[in-house]
Amino acid sequence: MDKYIEMIRIRFLMMLAYRSNYYSGIIIYTINIAAYYFLWTAIYSGKESIQGLSVAQMTTYVAVAWMARAFYFNNIDREIAAEIKEGRVAVELIRPYSYLGMKVMQGLGEGVFRFFFFSIPGMILVVLLFSLSIKLNLYTLLYFFISLLFSFIINTQINLMTGMMTFFLFNNDGIMYAKRVTIDLFSGLLLPISFYPVWAQEIMTFFPFQAISYIPSMIFTEGMQGIEIWNAILFQAVWSVVLFIPIVIMWNMAKKRLVVQGG
Amino acid sequence: MSNAIEVKDLRKEFVAYSSRPGLKGAFRDLFNRNYKVIRAVNDISFTVKQGEMIGYIGENGAGKSTTIKMLTGILTPTSGRIMVNGMNPHKEREKFVRSIGVVFGQRSQLWWDIAVQESFRLLKKVYGVSDEQYDTHMGHIIETLDIGPLLDKPVRKLSLGQRMRCELAAALLHNPPLLFLDEPTIGLDVLVKLKIRDFLKEINAKYNTTILLTTHDISDIEALCERVVMLDEGKIIYDGSLEKLRAQWGDEKEIQFQFSSPVSYQQLAVLLPDSDVNWTQGNSPNVWMARIPNEEIVLSMLIAKVVQTFRIQDMKVNEVSTEEIIRNIYEEGVVHG
Repeated sequence: MDKYIEMIRIRFLMMLAYRSNYYSGIIIYTINIAAYYFLWTAIYSGKESIQGLSVAQMTTYVAVAWMARAFYFNNIDREIAAEIKEGRVAVELIRPYSYLGMKVMQGLGEGVFRFFFFSIPGMILVVLLFSLSIKLNLYTLLYFFISLLFSFIINTQINLMTGMMTFFLFNNDGIMYAKRVTIDLFSGLLLPISFYPVWAQEIMTFFPFQAISYIPSMIFTEGMQGIEIWNAILFQAVWSVVLFIPIVIMWNMAKKRLVVQGG
Repeated sequence: MSNAIEVKDLRKEFVAYSSRPGLKGAFRDLFNRNYKVIRAVNDISFTVKQGEMIGYIGENGAGKSTTIKMLTGILTPTSGRIMVNGMNPHKEREKFVRSIGVVFGQRSQLWWDIAVQESFRLLKKVYGVSDEQYDTHMGHIIETLDIGPLLDKPVRKLSLGQRMRCELAAALLHNPPLLFLDEPTIGLDVLVKLKIRDFLKEINAKYNTTILLTTHDISDIEALCERVVMLDEGKIIYDGSLEKLRAQWGDEKEIQFQFSSPVSYQQLAVLLPDSDVNWTQGNSPNVWMARIPNEEIVLSMLIAKVVQTFRIQDMKVNEVSTEEIIRNIYEEGVVHG
């Protein structure tokens, strides 16, 4: 276990090595949140609530969704794809650790770094700039963090799968891009799931995407209450277990047919 | 455990797709593709004893890297049996890789953006090396390879020679009994090469570490390995001592004489009429080269006769270099004898 914790630390150091990425990230996230803030205040323009969310809840939802994204989002699918293409995965296989496990830890290191140096200061900045409704209820926060952890797990599992597709396709950029758009759209980052037509909502319950962004953001804005929260977290937990199955199958297949390119 | 590596009838086949020419061909390729099976490693067998230093040589594409990848458990063989350190590399990967160290000359194993010592620290945790073990063992390695001043620099800022020394240190951090080096001295200057060679010799003597080395630099092999395994088109064409290889192939010597005054071929040819001496003229009429069989009697007789008959300014004995021998073998493809 030591080695996995050490990997989180290494990733932390790597994030610090690229400070300019960090600063530009803060600016990009602030611009995004500001744009959605003005967009939603314009859409509401006087209306009390849409789909049960008030304008203050809606803008908070957007801000929280983006800040949560800073934690769960990572590029390990791209990294895995690059390592497979360049044959660096060979070097990883001569180490006595689980390759995928190490990748998850790198993602976690990245997430923890961004959470502390990015989400928290960013959130303070956003609260000062815009009028958000943030009631810091201890239980809400607790549920939020639990569901945020599951967002990370599910998003990372999806990333592992898209990254591993490179083993079978060799060039995988299209699928990775499609995955990114799908997650932004169906996870509830751009639009809360309750805003979609009912038939679309029903289809989406069969996919894990809303577990990534919609659930933690709704919990934080208190758009979900009581038993709803428990059901939502259960939904996340079930998906994070189910997604293990394709990952294990893909990894075993990949190991068998691993051909190190350029070898 | 006397044998570090046992390989029997090892084979690896790759499927290589070829594309048809032209646009029409490209469309046809969408539906069915031409492919052929390429045998990169063709039923090779060899054993390596613990503590041996082996040079594994061959032309580009001869199958060296493929073999190393199978021995380290990265590639699965198509058929055949591999036992390395008493284990099957594919079956018990995590346990197995703890017993080997690998350096790929063309690929870095250190983390590019962070300081070297951070990579070392991670590897120390990964291999579960204790603090005291690390301090004594690594302390010594760091000193011998002279990388102390580099430890706090990120890998991307190191020169190739500096990086290579760090890679070597990283591969030996857990003191493995078996070390694979895939072109470790590629692109390095003479001083770094010498330092790395001395270090490898020392490690081999101190810990009885088995070293399997692939390289295109024959001087590496000459300096380090008593045994060479030569590969050509996936087959072992020579397996034995370097000396024997030289004896088989380097069976000629060349002597260059620089005379005080011009000498003609006839004058030289009559000196030793019944022997296999071959005279060729050098770049001036004063300079002549004699190619003779590598036998003491012929050599001493030739020199005696020449210096008795002519006044000479200079004389050089050129032995056929290993490099030349190996080039000859590559060109002909088989080892005779």
